[in-house]
Amino acid sequence: MNRALRKIAFPRLMLVLFLTGIGLFMFIPIVFLFNNALKPLNELYLFPPTIFVQKPTFQNFANLFLRAESGTVPFTRYFFNSVIVAAATILAVVVVSTMAGYVLSKHRFHFKALIMGTIMISLMFVPEMVLIPRYLVVHGLGLADTYFAHILPFVASPVAVFLMKQFIDQIPDALLEAAKLDGATDMHIFLRVVIPLTAPAVATVCIVTFQAVFTDITTSTYYVMDETMRTMAYFLTSVTVNIPGVAAASLGAAISLLMFLPNLLLFVFFQRKMIQTMLHSGVK
Amino acid sequence: MKTMRSAEITPVRRPGFLRPGTPRWVRNVVQFARECWKTRTSYLFLLPFLVCFAIFIAIPVFLAAALSLTSFNGIGFPRFIGLNNFVNLFTQDFVFMMHTLPNTLQFAAIVGPGGYVLSFIFAWLIHQLPRSLRDFFTLALYAPSMAVGVGLSVVWVATFSGDRAGYLNNLLMRYGFIETPVLWLQDPRYLMWILIIVSLWTSMGVGFLAMLGGLQTVNPELYEAGKIDGIKNRLQEVWYITIPSMKPQMLFSAVMSIVGTLKAGDISSLLTGMTVTPNYAGHLISNHIEDYAFLRYEWGYASALSVFLLLLGYGLMRLSYVLFRTKEDE
Repeated sequence: MNRALRKIAFPRLMLVLFLTGIGLFMFIPIVFLFNNALKPLNELYLFPPTIFVQKPTFQNFANLFLRAESGTVPFTRYFFNSVIVAAATILAVVVVSTMAGYVLSKHRFHFKALIMGTIMISLMFVPEMVLIPRYLVVHGLGLADTYFAHILPFVASPVAVFLMKQFIDQIPDALLEAAKLDGATDMHIFLRVVIPLTAPAVATVCIVTFQAVFTDITTSTYYVMDETMRTMAYFLTSVTVNIPGVAAASLGAAISLLMFLPNLLLFVFFQRKMIQTMLHSGVK
Repeated sequence: MKTMRSAEITPVRRPGFLRPGTPRWVRNVVQFARECWKTRTSYLFLLPFLVCFAIFIAIPVFLAAALSLTSFNGIGFPRFIGLNNFVNLFTQDFVFMMHTLPNTLQFAAIVGPGGYVLSFIFAWLIHQLPRSLRDFFTLALYAPSMAVGVGLSVVWVATFSGDRAGYLNNLLMRYGFIETPVLWLQDPRYLMWILIIVSLWTSMGVGFLAMLGGLQTVNPELYEAGKIDGIKNRLQEVWYITIPSMKPQMLFSAVMSIVGTLKAGDISSLLTGMTVTPNYAGHLISNHIEDYAFLRYEWGYASALSVFLLLLGYGLMRLSYVLFRTKEDE
């Protein structure tokens, strides 16, 4: 860091200062979030409102996890649902899209161009566009009120397949040929050669999927009517919508932090891998 | 599986089937089937994705197209009414023409290109920094997009809260810009701009990372060559070298920003807690769909709206292809 700073000439220094300003500005609401989550109740209602917490406490989290009123679903249940759904979805998406990406990149077969073309078009697909037909499909297949309703719609992820395919494209064919000459089967090549080499893309797909699943409220709102099967994100909206103004901040801030923190940590750890994947994200 | 295998292999055992006497199309079909069978592992690998894709994307899209031609309340059987839904959409739906469409256009025109250009500018600026510093700034700019939707609605609601304790009201009153608290989220004059600002704030997402990646793929020798060819300043460099060299990533990023813009409807409901915002101030097409689908249960009409949105997205994507497609000779 120090060495890097010394190399910076004056215009660069201006640039760093400018970007630091922008960065801080972008970060303010996130600083809010952290501080709000740690504020005791009396500070949340403080007038005039303050940004920084004076006496940090984990009381909000304790309230969230320990309070269980009769007749309502305890928060731990929403939390559990979110964790299960996120973990299962990530696993499913990674496996399914790596398999698809490998085949689309390295195999030759009929319909490949057609499938690839369809995926390219559906990159712009937004699930919200087909809320109703999806509702009909989910209910028609009997998936409503199950974890599958949360998980399966995300497995159909053209973006994940596209990123995987693009990344696998740059694994040299010669490597796969060599493995084939050594007598490796397709399955073997896939597990022993392709998977280890696509680690950055896997990390990227994990992050993208996690962000989508963890903050999704569509499924919990429309496809799942059973309160015990809904997720933390849904619980957060019901809290913020039902309690007006700053008052929602107490419970809301704590949940928001729980929602945001895993995303942040994942990105911090895998940032470089993600950009490495993005080198190959071009659409030609 | 077994019957399939024998059916496929039969022609191999009886080459007579492929005698010159058999019609050409039969031979072609057999040949084709044989090739498909040979590559069966490929299809097997693709199967899980294709099944999910069919169930959750392809079928819903066709279903939406089919339902858009019907009158359907979610309970009875859909009744075919031809293109009436679309005719009504453009001639009868007062709210759509007066509020939804102008709002969507205003929102999309600012947030789409605005977020896209901001992403590029910041990506380019960050790229000028030494490698060891880049990570911090990337994180700071990307972080908001992780909080998109639910994540930070709490913070925004508290910021734009209409009472004196709202952060923005408090700040403005303290420095005397306003005398009474402003109902930011309830006042039709401000709601749209708040939506736009919040969306811009979260627009540095995957597309932004794609641009950062793209910038790294530009061959530095091109800049040297450019200098010799008479490029005078950084702006010319960006326009004539950087952007053309990273067109593929620019295209991917454009598609991502279209997606981000089209799905933005839930922000207004999250901020105001209502599907239909006061005076339709923040009413975007996706809110309109939700309104007709789950408040009025006019699913035929809502599907027509979905089809309109799908076509809009497709059209925008074609447009970005025209702008950024890599030409054959490049």
